[in-house]
Amino acid sequence: MSFSAHWQQQSWQELQLQSRNFSTAQVQTALHKPRLTLSDLQALLSPAALPLLPVLVAKAQQLTRQRFGHSVQFYAPLYLSNLCANECTYCGFSLSQKVKRRTLNSAEIEQECRAIKALGIDQVLLVTGEHERKVGIDYFCDVLPMIRHYFSSVQLEVQPLTTAEYARLKSLGVDAVMLYQETYNAAAYQQYHLKGKKSDIHWRLDAPDRVGLAGIDKIGLGILLGLSNWRTDAILLAKHLQYLQKQYWQCRFSLSVPRIRPCSGGNEVTNPISDKELIQLICAFRLFAPELEISLSTRESAEFRQHVVPLAITSVSAGSKTQPGGYSVEPENLEQFSIDDNRSPQQVAKALIEQGLQPVWKDWDSFLGR
Amino acid sequence: MLHIANKSFSSRLLLGSGKFANPNLMQQAIQASGCQLVTLALKRLQLDQPRDDLLSPLREMNIQLLPNTSGAKTAKEAIFAAELAREALQTNWLKLEIHPDPRYLMPDPIETLLAAEQLVKLGFVVLPYCSADPVLCKRLEQAGCAAVMPLGAAIGSNQGLQTRAMLEVIIEQATVPVIIDAGLGAPSHAAAAMELGASAVLVNTAIATSQDPVGMASAFAQAVNAGRTAYNAGLAAAQPHAAASSPLTDFLAIL
Repeated sequence: MSFSAHWQQQSWQELQLQSRNFSTAQVQTALHKPRLTLSDLQALLSPAALPLLPVLVAKAQQLTRQRFGHSVQFYAPLYLSNLCANECTYCGFSLSQKVKRRTLNSAEIEQECRAIKALGIDQVLLVTGEHERKVGIDYFCDVLPMIRHYFSSVQLEVQPLTTAEYARLKSLGVDAVMLYQETYNAAAYQQYHLKGKKSDIHWRLDAPDRVGLAGIDKIGLGILLGLSNWRTDAILLAKHLQYLQKQYWQCRFSLSVPRIRPCSGGNEVTNPISDKELIQLICAFRLFAPELEISLSTRESAEFRQHVVPLAITSVSAGSKTQPGGYSVEPENLEQFSIDDNRSPQQVAKALIEQGLQPVWKDWDSFLGR
Repeated sequence: MLHIANKSFSSRLLLGSGKFANPNLMQQAIQASGCQLVTLALKRLQLDQPRDDLLSPLREMNIQLLPNTSGAKTAKEAIFAAELAREALQTNWLKLEIHPDPRYLMPDPIETLLAAEQLVKLGFVVLPYCSADPVLCKRLEQAGCAAVMPLGAAIGSNQGLQTRAMLEVIIEQATVPVIIDAGLGAPSHAAAAMELGASAVLVNTAIATSQDPVGMASAFAQAVNAGRTAYNAGLAAAQPHAAASSPLTDFLAIL
């Protein structure tokens, strides 16, 4: 049974209501358990856990150090194309957005790779909009071998693909696939994703299954905070994670919890999440899944990252450009969203070292996971 | 002395090089531990850089490097990593690690044995990380491994000798050094492993993530020495009843 079949049996309303019924005592019990159930996680994500945030943070930090030591991995996104056939109301790359469209060719990508390497970055995340026809599997297969040559680890954040396509990409050097669900709330999902293949929620929900079946080393899950009730989305993501961990026991998993940033589309955030609540969310997941990699991107401010990375974060992006060609080819404004931490990777690294953390630039090799 | 393959070591404590806050602390902790064998992950090394923040500080020290194949999920990947490590670090010593399960990092017994058999033939001194399975340890020994490294508990779990009963069997049967790897969270765990008759222990998380890694490294060194000394001296048997400290044996003998 695929995940979407499990997901259909869940009642969003019921899960959202449950969140309000937790007591401080239940939160305390969850905080002191060595192994958490989904119900314990619900307690830690509930409003009742907010007064106990300092305890949650301390536990999360201790578990993070125990599992990952003082290491924090560095990566940078490489935007290959901003072409998109979808209409998503919150995104600057949406079909109807009047932005200059660009897809990098091989020579341009190589120039960008060199520029990223010059920043000291060795792990790259390839990002595109979703345009099956022009930026599809053939394009990825064309450009991957060259990109692979530059980096020790290559991750992908593109449209959901088929199992066979993922298998091809694995053989060409993809180490991880990020597939953020955005929201697990069916009604909200429909409201935000108006046109294009992305409006098919099932195709997206089952994409991590397809990555797992293809045997790719790492699967990245995520929700876009601001779209719907974050507590309910987080619980459904945890169910998704638990399901995938059992099915694809050889896969690593990572979590991203980006908050909606202003983009050229100019959207209003209907379900905001506060800084405190985001810390609650990150730390609760650390207790629930100590082995989970959690990344925090440059969407967040330097100050917020400075305080939160030491708590439970295992990887950070730095020096990011969120437009195709942004590092070197055409460093002008076509960005998907505006970033908030504009420090260079070296500046971010230096700040982490001062906090007693060790930046890790490389932790993988191209022959692993093939 | 601890003898592995053709080398002897006065220290019976091996250290891992991951998880430290910075390279300096790692160096100081290694120094304080008196350790002579340090394992490092090949996948962490930036061999194309003039100075690698993990390898360069280790090279400055008078220690035997023990590259490991962490990240490999199959025998094939581990063998590839081993070849790269041998070329890059100029050593045929290898800590063989194959853990396909990223959650608990449990070693794969089948792939580990397959890789060990081939690596020995390729001329490596193979020290395999493995489950505390007495039969597997004998099979690895027969394959020609220079030591076996069964786990005390899951890597980084600090749970101590959860596999104690099996470790006792492994130690009793082994003809190669038995190095207890993984799970040792406190010096007392290391002492207990040495009291059982382990040849050595490998520690990383408990030292690297301690508030004072240098102090903790020294504490582990003392515990390993104490445990080994106690093992050599012969531990008194435990029993449920009290036993008088000054028994009447002499008096009884003359009656």
